[in-house]
Amino acid sequence: MAERFRPDLRWSDVTPRDAWLSRRRLIAAGGAAAGIALAAPAAARIEAAPSRWSTDERQNSFEDITRYNNFYEFGTGKEDPAANAHRLTTDPWAVVIDGLVDRPGTYDLADVLAGQPMEERIYRLRCVEAWSMVVPWIGFELAGLLSRVGVQPSAKYVAFQTLLRPEEMVGQRSRMIDWPYVEGLRLDEAMHPLTILATGLYGEPMPNQNGAPIRLVVPWKYGFKSIKSIVRISLTADEPPCTWNVLQPGEYGFYANVNPEVDHPRWSQATERRIGDGLLARRRPTLMFNGYAEHVAGLYAGMDLARYY
Amino acid sequence: MVQAINAALRRLPVPAVYLLAAVPGAWLVALAFTGGLGVDPVKRLERELGLLALQFLILGLAVTPLRRLAGISLLRFRRALGLSAFGYVLLHVAVWLALDMQFLWSQIATDLVRRPYITIGMAALALLVPLALTSTDRALRRMGAAAWARMHRLVYPATVTGGLHFVMVVKAWPLEPFLYLAAILALLALRLRRRPALARG
Repeated sequence: MAERFRPDLRWSDVTPRDAWLSRRRLIAAGGAAAGIALAAPAAARIEAAPSRWSTDERQNSFEDITRYNNFYEFGTGKEDPAANAHRLTTDPWAVVIDGLVDRPGTYDLADVLAGQPMEERIYRLRCVEAWSMVVPWIGFELAGLLSRVGVQPSAKYVAFQTLLRPEEMVGQRSRMIDWPYVEGLRLDEAMHPLTILATGLYGEPMPNQNGAPIRLVVPWKYGFKSIKSIVRISLTADEPPCTWNVLQPGEYGFYANVNPEVDHPRWSQATERRIGDGLLARRRPTLMFNGYAEHVAGLYAGMDLARYY
Repeated sequence: MVQAINAALRRLPVPAVYLLAAVPGAWLVALAFTGGLGVDPVKRLERELGLLALQFLILGLAVTPLRRLAGISLLRFRRALGLSAFGYVLLHVAVWLALDMQFLWSQIATDLVRRPYITIGMAALALLVPLALTSTDRALRRMGAAAWARMHRLVYPATVTGGLHFVMVVKAWPLEPFLYLAAILALLALRLRRRPALARG
């Protein structure tokens, strides 16, 4: 199992919010003077430490990230979530943590976050539909939360569940999917330091359309594994059901690791289009495990990835 | 009412229909060059052009039932509707080849063989090509009306195939592609009922 990353930075190293906000205002003023629009919103709130797991690739703009979403709970169109997600109430929010854990219970969101070191994780996101983005998430390692609630030795998997609230999530009124959305990870995948629960992006609290208030991010798997608006985390002994896998098992596997050599039955996964690169951008070759192979390939040693797709 | 509509339609010159049909396409191109197609302009353009192609194919299929059931004659415009549909099909395929797949021929070739929705989409295109090529008055005269009409029934399988292509390209089973497919099948079913009459006449 991969080691848990312990940053050598302390909270005292973090630039005080007032200082960097005023710095940001200066930059914004300069940008405005030069006629440049800032991609990120000016009023940021969440403080997070930088992370060694971050990529230095060019980040997608806040607009790209918040106006192009697959979140079928708010409609199947890419722009539906941005249009419909404002109806979602994210406060109060509680997460049930149950199953094979020492301290099961219903945890208020603040309690879930308590004591977890917040980091900015700039990750590539590769959708199963062969497009990708780079997103500066704010979050903490899922392993931190799991350690806190105490994983029992018999637990082998982690199951996740999205909120079911059709009166606010208009897409759930369609019977297209057997709501609520569910996902799952093997325990070692869940404990990997790359796997985070994110509560924000671009320094902002998580926008509703991106899975507010708390979502999973597993950067080496196709985006649909990174379940949004989580209300339940269960430790289980058996492989839990996953929504897309149940819906179309021939197309979406339990593992769903990004793999350019294993095609989706209906399209190639060899290349991808990076969102935000414009009308004439070149397709990019898709990387094994979305470029995180050196950190995660060991989790699947000896497994036939064409069979366990 | 029907007479008034037909009278108004008779005053509409056919070239105007071509122009009107080109408006949504021109609008899309304008949006593409001004950043108006959102975060993923390539996919949006591809999708909208495909939808326009289907919409014009459906309009073309509606001509005969409209005349028979409502007495409204759009017959003069049927060629314009069909060729507009074909134009949008070509643009849709061109955007896929050039902007989406960027002429990655090996991947395109694999997709053509291994992705049923692409295979079936290409089949629809292949069915439409001879219809576009024989859309002139001269071709109609040379072939003779009966043979020409028989061949142009290829538009039925072409449109069904196009509708299936849309159903197959989306994830899960959202409603919209099925509405298109239902419209296509309904318009074809209206013809089935008239088959005996056709045979007699």
